[in-house]
Amino acid sequence: MTPDDGDEPVPSDSGATAVRPHLPPSNRDKVTAAVFLVAAAAGIALLVVYVAGGDAQAEGALLAVILGGIGIGLVRWSHAMVGPEPAIEERPPLESEASRRREFITTLEESSRPVSRRRLLLGSLTAAGAALVAALLLPLRSLGPSPGRALFRTAWRDGRRMVTAGGDAVAAADLRVGNVLTVFPEGVEHVEDAATLLIRVGPDELELPEERMEWAPEGLVAYSKICTHVGCPVGLYRESTHELICPCHQSTFDVLRGAEPVFGPATRPLPQLPIGIDDEGYVVALGDFPEPTGPGFWNWGS
Amino acid sequence: MLLRRLLGWLDDRVGGARFGSKALEKVFPNHWTFLLGEIALYCFIILVLTGTYLTFFFEPSSREVVYDGDYAPLRGVEMSAAYASSLDISFEVRAGLVMRQMHHWAALLFVAAMSVHLMRVFFTGAFRRPRELNWIVGLTLLVLGIGNGFFGYSLLDDLLSGTGVRVAYASALAIPLVGPDVAFAVFGGEFPADSIIPRFYTLHILILPAIIALLVGVHLALVWRQRHTQYPGGLRREDNVVGIRAWPGFAMKAAGLMFVTAAVVAALGGLAQINPIWAYGPFRSTEAVAAVTSASQPDWYMGWIDGALRLFPGWETRVGGYMIPNPFFPGVLLPTIAFGVLYLWPWIESRYRKDREPHNLLERPRDAPLRTAIGAAGLAGFTVLFFAASNDVIAGAFELEPESVTNVFRVAFFVLPALTFFITRAVCRDLQRSGEQPGRGLPHVRLVRRGERVEAEPASEPESLDDAEEHELAPTTKEP
Repeated sequence: MTPDDGDEPVPSDSGATAVRPHLPPSNRDKVTAAVFLVAAAAGIALLVVYVAGGDAQAEGALLAVILGGIGIGLVRWSHAMVGPEPAIEERPPLESEASRRREFITTLEESSRPVSRRRLLLGSLTAAGAALVAALLLPLRSLGPSPGRALFRTAWRDGRRMVTAGGDAVAAADLRVGNVLTVFPEGVEHVEDAATLLIRVGPDELELPEERMEWAPEGLVAYSKICTHVGCPVGLYRESTHELICPCHQSTFDVLRGAEPVFGPATRPLPQLPIGIDDEGYVVALGDFPEPTGPGFWNWGS
Repeated sequence: MLLRRLLGWLDDRVGGARFGSKALEKVFPNHWTFLLGEIALYCFIILVLTGTYLTFFFEPSSREVVYDGDYAPLRGVEMSAAYASSLDISFEVRAGLVMRQMHHWAALLFVAAMSVHLMRVFFTGAFRRPRELNWIVGLTLLVLGIGNGFFGYSLLDDLLSGTGVRVAYASALAIPLVGPDVAFAVFGGEFPADSIIPRFYTLHILILPAIIALLVGVHLALVWRQRHTQYPGGLRREDNVVGIRAWPGFAMKAAGLMFVTAAVVAALGGLAQINPIWAYGPFRSTEAVAAVTSASQPDWYMGWIDGALRLFPGWETRVGGYMIPNPFFPGVLLPTIAFGVLYLWPWIESRYRKDREPHNLLERPRDAPLRTAIGAAGLAGFTVLFFAASNDVIAGAFELEPESVTNVFRVAFFVLPALTFFITRAVCRDLQRSGEQPGRGLPHVRLVRRGERVEAEPASEPESLDDAEEHELAPTTKEP
């Protein structure tokens, strides 16, 4: 921590011919120089790695040696720049002198008077400003469509067949008890909010509300796959307990009892899709979900 | 010679020699805790540099492409151009993977350094008059840093980032009255809209970095103008600054620290894998709907919100056809309250303590027991929420029911902060009573120089504490 010997300030006014004498390196300086030279060598090595085709690990490690060498060298050098005595500086008060402040405020007030007294100009300028803001705000509507009823509807319609993500129609016979399949409305396989889970359970195990029993033919029951909490896809089916579990926040839904939430932050059941089986044995929707799918929003029930 | 002429030329035209002389002489207090903010600044510089490199190769578009690059397992898979170009950066662009990983690590470190810096400022009372304004600026930088980190990792359009965007969308949707309109405006329509990636890109590389850079300038200018705070003790008084001069000592040390920070980031970027997007696969919403089945965690600074989403019980306020959806409380209300309290803290405290005086000397945490206890309790709550974001992983690792793990966390969220509050306050008061030696008056352990822990008698002989064998445990008041 001692400053280098002979580090007195060079007389600065000795004219243009003054030449700063070089210091003989101390042992400490020699080590610091070695650190800098290691960085230089690592730089050359990095060039070689780069030209040879690159390797993420070698690149990162060598870059770290270069940067670290320069950094450690600079910190070592800075220690030699700091004397044993701490530097002390006065801390003058931040605020202006009271008279200064008064003078400024008075001047500001007085020089502003010709502005603030012209009521007509101020009023009309305010009107123009408001018009400008309104005109500039309007294009913000272009950022997105109006929600309208988009959140309330999905692409499921009466008679629309269920297909897999690959587009294959799903026949009732494809699913055995305990099977679960992610399905979409035929023709719109890329629409998120219509993603549905088709599950087959034992027909006599289901305990749905009376009016919804016929939405689940032969033990086939279909629920929205979009979690009613924050909209993650409900991806896990625990067959032993007939529970659907959302991997994001562990909301758990009871498949046998209308996908009512039994644990976790979700409050609403996964909406049930009314389904039937057509003449060719394929599973079809009998309409849209009776309520919005996915996370809630303030006018959800309107 | 050349320097002389150059500076002369400049001073002829703009002046400033007087400012320059004062700047060289300026004194900066020296303490390791004052380096935390510097590290955050250097992380930001690293982020701008690595990020600029990445923009040359990244394509911010949801356009569907069929991958045909170096990573064989995904060849022939349909994906967005954003994800495909991220794969190209990782596998084909020279030094691309190192730059991408450095960028991600620097982002994590940026928010971490800002957070720890915030704690230092909070626990030492550095936010008190006259520095309230810089407290506001600093907090805003933290919020923007978190936001920009979120936009950044959403851009890659891999399976996990898509899940994060989905949660953000649901949180926006949950805002009362304007939720659907806000969500549709921000995300460009019903999730998942194609405009999300280009929009987040503009925010991520232009708008937020520009605001951050501007506020960093304001933050530093205010530190320069108001001069740095310092710990009490030694020669340090309210009306002076004790430390090292800006040039060459401080500047050289600061430059050194910048390079060391960059070296750490480079080592992490090269040697510690982060966000291996190729392993997650692309986020194509319909396939993701079929594919997200395993544990998903966000970057660390989002963990507390994710944890809150997991812990918050299944409540939803419903009146008639209207509702306040469940995610509103943990996803919107919690961060609003947390940051609201932080923003207002300087005024809350000055009112409570009836202290409106300017302060340039810092307080040791023990000397403000209530503040320290409240801060520690807040951190305890944050920590519980953070770990709650891994409740499924914890349940899996210890073979517990996820339900019981969640319930334990729910209880812990209330119990641990309360315990922390009372313990911290008691420890602070004890430390105050006992001067620099902690733990006196309580049944306690004492550290001796050999490093052994020795059960000590309650201090019946105070003078023994001045014994040379004692290891000093209160370095904050030591001279630099």
